[in-house]
Amino acid sequence: MNDTNVSAITAGDLPVQRDTRSRWWIYLMRDKKAVVGLVILTGLIITAILANVIVPYDPNAMDFDMMESPSLRHPLGTDDLGRDLLSRLIQGTQVSLFVGFSTVSIALVIGGFLGIAAGYYGGWLDNIIMRYIDLQWAFPNFIIAVYLVAVFGAGLMNIIIAVSLAFVDDFARIARGMVLSIKQEQYIAAARTNGASDFRIMWRHILPNASAPLIVQGTVSIAYAILAEASLSFLGLGVEVDTPTWGLILSEARSFISRAWWLGVFPGVAIMITVLSVNFLGDALRDVLDVREAKDIF
Amino acid sequence: MSRYLLKRIFGALIVMWAVATLVFFMLRAVPGDPLAAMLFDVGDPEAAEILRVKYGLDKPVYVQYGKWISRVLQGDLGNSIYGSRISVSRIVSEALPRTLSLAGLSFVIALSIAVPAGLISAIKRHSSLDHAVTFVAFLGLSMPDFWLGILLIIVFAANLHWLPAIGYAPLSEGFWPWFSHLILPSIAVGTAFSAIVARMIRSSMLEVLSADYINVARSKGLHERRLVLVHAFPNALIPVITVIGIAFALLMAGAVVVENVFAIKGLGRVLIQGILNRDYPVVQGAILVVSAIFVFSNLLVDVLYTVVDPRIRYD
Repeated sequence: MNDTNVSAITAGDLPVQRDTRSRWWIYLMRDKKAVVGLVILTGLIITAILANVIVPYDPNAMDFDMMESPSLRHPLGTDDLGRDLLSRLIQGTQVSLFVGFSTVSIALVIGGFLGIAAGYYGGWLDNIIMRYIDLQWAFPNFIIAVYLVAVFGAGLMNIIIAVSLAFVDDFARIARGMVLSIKQEQYIAAARTNGASDFRIMWRHILPNASAPLIVQGTVSIAYAILAEASLSFLGLGVEVDTPTWGLILSEARSFISRAWWLGVFPGVAIMITVLSVNFLGDALRDVLDVREAKDIF
Repeated sequence: MSRYLLKRIFGALIVMWAVATLVFFMLRAVPGDPLAAMLFDVGDPEAAEILRVKYGLDKPVYVQYGKWISRVLQGDLGNSIYGSRISVSRIVSEALPRTLSLAGLSFVIALSIAVPAGLISAIKRHSSLDHAVTFVAFLGLSMPDFWLGILLIIVFAANLHWLPAIGYAPLSEGFWPWFSHLILPSIAVGTAFSAIVARMIRSSMLEVLSADYINVARSKGLHERRLVLVHAFPNALIPVITVIGIAFALLMAGAVVVENVFAIKGLGRVLIQGILNRDYPVVQGAILVVSAIFVFSNLLVDVLYTVVDPRIRYD
């Protein structure tokens, strides 16, 4: 009986929620930065999905046209082994976006879960979780990721695990802070009086109300995660050599940049455009959702 | 205040102990015996056993941990397992001044760009100059630091031949050799930091400039330059200092990557080379020292905060 009551309330809430949701979308689309960011990002996602279809050449196929400067045949030139740079960059979109989105999703789930549990239950659980989160908070995410790669070893899976764990503290702190303020709200007391379980309260009542700062932090973190992956790949801690990632391509190009500027320039442009589009979107989302909790990109 | 300081120093030491412990146990929890890595898979179990006993790896982990901690407390970080088995303390103490030089110069360059940019951006709000600063700041934040380093090498070293592309010269060899080697990496490291600080100064200045006391001063007929620089700017700096603390950490993180572009044998390069070589003593030592820098620079910023803003008191 209690349960029907609660769902009646949430069902009643739904149209209102949908209304505010469509309203923030309208506000978001009024922001030029957001539109530019979304358009670029969508283009990149489509590129990543269709990568295998649209590459002009096999990204790993070697050719005798080594270190050829940009031309009609090879729009971005070729590398020291005669591989087409454009094809390699297109392929690299996959790894960059995959690592960016997957690490932040994992960090969001783990961090959000830890933060909500810590804030909701308080006491010794809060103490244990937050001692660890505070410890991690004392160090920049990238350094944590390097430490973890030192422990786990290089490779794509290890990089994803390392970067995800490195970003957990940001989400945990935000989630916990939100829970502490939401916990005092009357609707939580109302839900509890209605006999809602702890899990239900956290999942149906706290999480939706804590989501705005988490979404903004998530967007900002994607930008940082993409940069972190590129840096780790560049340092040689990243994926296997036959997977062309932007960081790895730049790392391989290092010995040739004095003779082949395109090898040093275009992969970086790819990284920058991707990160820039995410940053644009994150900045606009922060304004639209009026979030102050998320770690500032500025 | 002194009680607060003692409490904070104690807290920082606890953090350092926790980091050391985590690093020690995590490196041992992963599959792959450091000894196996050390012996490069020579198929000689007897030799391995002798070494195992020699390095105390046959003892229980907590005994190894106790020994390791007590040695670390005496400043002994062990020896590199590579080449001439040079001591980790020596590697680290040679690397430290390079990293600090790099981070320090980045800090100075970044601030000398960020402060005027942020001020102008705030004073000429919504002008095309403000928009330009904002856009450049976005670019600076979205640009990987190591790539900026590569671009700078392409332009200033490979093509113009104005500056050396790689390497490091200590300050004892003179200011110019030191400076000319560090200027490009410093720009690469400092750009993201500069963007953050410029934006921070802008928003902080805008907040202060709309405060009542500024309006009063303005209506008194105070000169605009004096108003901005003497009345508004110092107050706008207060929130910026916390960010500078966070951003110093960012500079250190940037140095870790950029040192590898410019082949500067600082802490970052030592750490990364150690990881690539699976040289555990070096990795442990480098992590400990890098961590110590973070923990104590955080502490320093907190203390600095009370000095800059007398309204804040810790009891």
